[in-house]
Amino acid sequence: MSSEPIISVDDVSIHFEEETGMLDLFEEPDTVRAVDGVSFEIEENDVIALVGESGCGKTTLGKSIIGLERPTAGSIKYRGQDMWDAKDWKGDVDIPFKEIRRSLQIIHQDPGSSINPNKKVISSLSIPLKKHRPNLSQEERQNHIYGMLETVGMTPPDDYAARYPHQLSGGETQRVALVRALLMNPDLILADEAISALDVSLRVEMMDLFLELQDAFNTSYVFISHDISNARYLAQKAGGRIAVMYLGQIVEIGPPEQIIHNPQHPYTKALRWATPDLNSTSDNELPLRSVDIPDPIDPPSGCRFHTRCPEAREACKDTNPELISADDGTDHQAACYLLDENHEYWNSEPLSEDTPTQTS
Amino acid sequence: MLVLNSKSNISVKDEEAYSEIMPLERESDPVGGAVSDPILEIRDTTVSFDMERGESRVLDSVSIDIQRQEVLGVVGESGSGKSMFASALLDAVVDPGQLSGDITYHPSTDESVDLLNVSPEELKQLRWEDISMVFQGAMSSFNPTMQIRGHFKETLKAHDYDIGEGIERAHELLSDLYLEPERVLDAYPHELSGGMRQRALIALSLVLEPRVLVMDEPTAALDLLMQQSIINLLMDLKEKYNLTLLFITHDLPLVAELCNRVAVLYAFDFVEAGPTDELIDEAGHPYTRALLNATPNLNAPPDEMQPIDGSAPDPVAVPSGCSYHPRCPLATEECIEQDPQYYSMSSNHAVACHHWEESVEAIPLNHLLTEDDAASPMEPTAESTSENMGSTNEVADNEF
Repeated sequence: MSSEPIISVDDVSIHFEEETGMLDLFEEPDTVRAVDGVSFEIEENDVIALVGESGCGKTTLGKSIIGLERPTAGSIKYRGQDMWDAKDWKGDVDIPFKEIRRSLQIIHQDPGSSINPNKKVISSLSIPLKKHRPNLSQEERQNHIYGMLETVGMTPPDDYAARYPHQLSGGETQRVALVRALLMNPDLILADEAISALDVSLRVEMMDLFLELQDAFNTSYVFISHDISNARYLAQKAGGRIAVMYLGQIVEIGPPEQIIHNPQHPYTKALRWATPDLNSTSDNELPLRSVDIPDPIDPPSGCRFHTRCPEAREACKDTNPELISADDGTDHQAACYLLDENHEYWNSEPLSEDTPTQTS
Repeated sequence: MLVLNSKSNISVKDEEAYSEIMPLERESDPVGGAVSDPILEIRDTTVSFDMERGESRVLDSVSIDIQRQEVLGVVGESGSGKSMFASALLDAVVDPGQLSGDITYHPSTDESVDLLNVSPEELKQLRWEDISMVFQGAMSSFNPTMQIRGHFKETLKAHDYDIGEGIERAHELLSDLYLEPERVLDAYPHELSGGMRQRALIALSLVLEPRVLVMDEPTAALDLLMQQSIINLLMDLKEKYNLTLLFITHDLPLVAELCNRVAVLYAFDFVEAGPTDELIDEAGHPYTRALLNATPNLNAPPDEMQPIDGSAPDPVAVPSGCSYHPRCPLATEECIEQDPQYYSMSSNHAVACHHWEESVEAIPLNHLLTEDDAASPMEPTAESTSENMGSTNEVADNEF
């Protein structure tokens, strides 16, 4: 059992049907392809950072990883057990769904709205613990919670435990959310833009806390962020990976050093370009042919990035590239024909003089 | 007079003129020095609220000049007073806040308007027509039941502008911002993506041809790609319409790319101001240096990034002396007793710290280290064992 990864994502797609009437341009029911054919694995004590623009499907993928979103195709396994077979009691279920859900926890972007404003910290934290470990006495429960509050740097714990959420700062509320997740003794925590609402100067501290807890509790993280410098900080310190998503697909994945300093996919390069830099030497030419992201309802044919890609050629319109090894001695892969020397891409016409593509 | 936008413009004579006005008073002298052609002069400006716990000064005697057509970045953390600073510029402090001090607006070099003593009608006219503002979260700035066109018409009507000409100008602004004018004008706010909405708001804020655009975290809710695109577009607009831009944010790397000058707010007052390059590479205030080191960025090796110890002060109980002293590694008795004046690090770079000369040595800036300094795993083959390719972290550790 122990050799199994915590999570195996195998060719997962998640499509949503959208009602008509939102925009009068469409008349048939539309399918939003939030996630399309994604595969990867998460090991124990692993960190994977998902980066991409809003609407690229990173949150939907994250939720499916922790069993909150059922894939429309493909499978997601927890330690070898298909999650949704467990949920449906299909076949031999080794691990019940309840156990799977307990092992996979989430911290949301906006901690303020994920914690009951009318309850003191101690009662917000007691509820999940009562469910998960009903045998604890009230005193044991309280000691356990105080211990965890101390672990995340909230001392004195009895003071913080007696507060209401509005008496906490943003960083403190996020710590309470972290404690609540950790009380379930999870194998994996999904941190969905968990530090994006914090001041820039508080982010490093919060990420350091994540890393400390990763060591102490042997937890893996899926860290969702639109900010590649945060993703790099956490993933590089933890020895993890960064996965770059675009319109429902992973377009590049690999060690943070490679993603930052040796990006292969033109989209990763654009994200890298867009990241503000203290020693600004970058030129200001937008490395994209269009500012706005296309509609995921009707994603572009072939490579989905071809409508914005400065390197796109005719061949990119035909088929969607698979992940190809970047051949730099690491497990770095990118889905772009630029990595394939023998592809017909090199003989086809550039697309650059298209009329600017607009989104609908 | 001094020209502060570019160092090369300062002649020896100017330097002398500058040294004569030393020492600088923290309340009355503009941080970073006076500028040659100010569009706004802010002097000894304070915003206070009476609270049960005492008087809360959320802006404490700030003084700064804004040069015509410069891009000034005001950087501060949450609760440093930066949004209050923006509101003060338009005399738009919410009740029961009390605004005092002097704010002078110069529509042209020879005209001046005392912003805090104009009639309500004049003030209404100055807002949008002369000084316009963009806040973060465009969704809350638009009326959700009104098409974007309605917002433009309403603004034009309220200021007695010709609607036809105004809409034409809106068309031009929207296409400058890479939007399809007709489609956006006919849309309701919810029909636009966050980035489109924010651009529509910028177009709206410019439709009355203001001279100054104040932006309070205008891109904070957006993706980085959209943020960077919008900033590029803003720079183009600035050139095209001769705008003065004031950019208020907590994001230091962002202002580093964008602004000519940066002023840093800490505990409701400016603690440092100077030309961007100097401030980023040679910051004198320990707070500015700590903030630079705490900011996740792609330049610094991750192991070198350091959070700032302690937390920002409560406006009711700002520490005595230098407000940063409880968090400062260089603090001495002097810092506890005496609020530092502005010391000049160069002709247009000022810092409110008694120990600015030591801080450069004492607090190294991590973004100036290259990854090689910190034993970069980037090119393991170049300097270390090549068989370690797979486990880059080990390489990093070994090299140290």
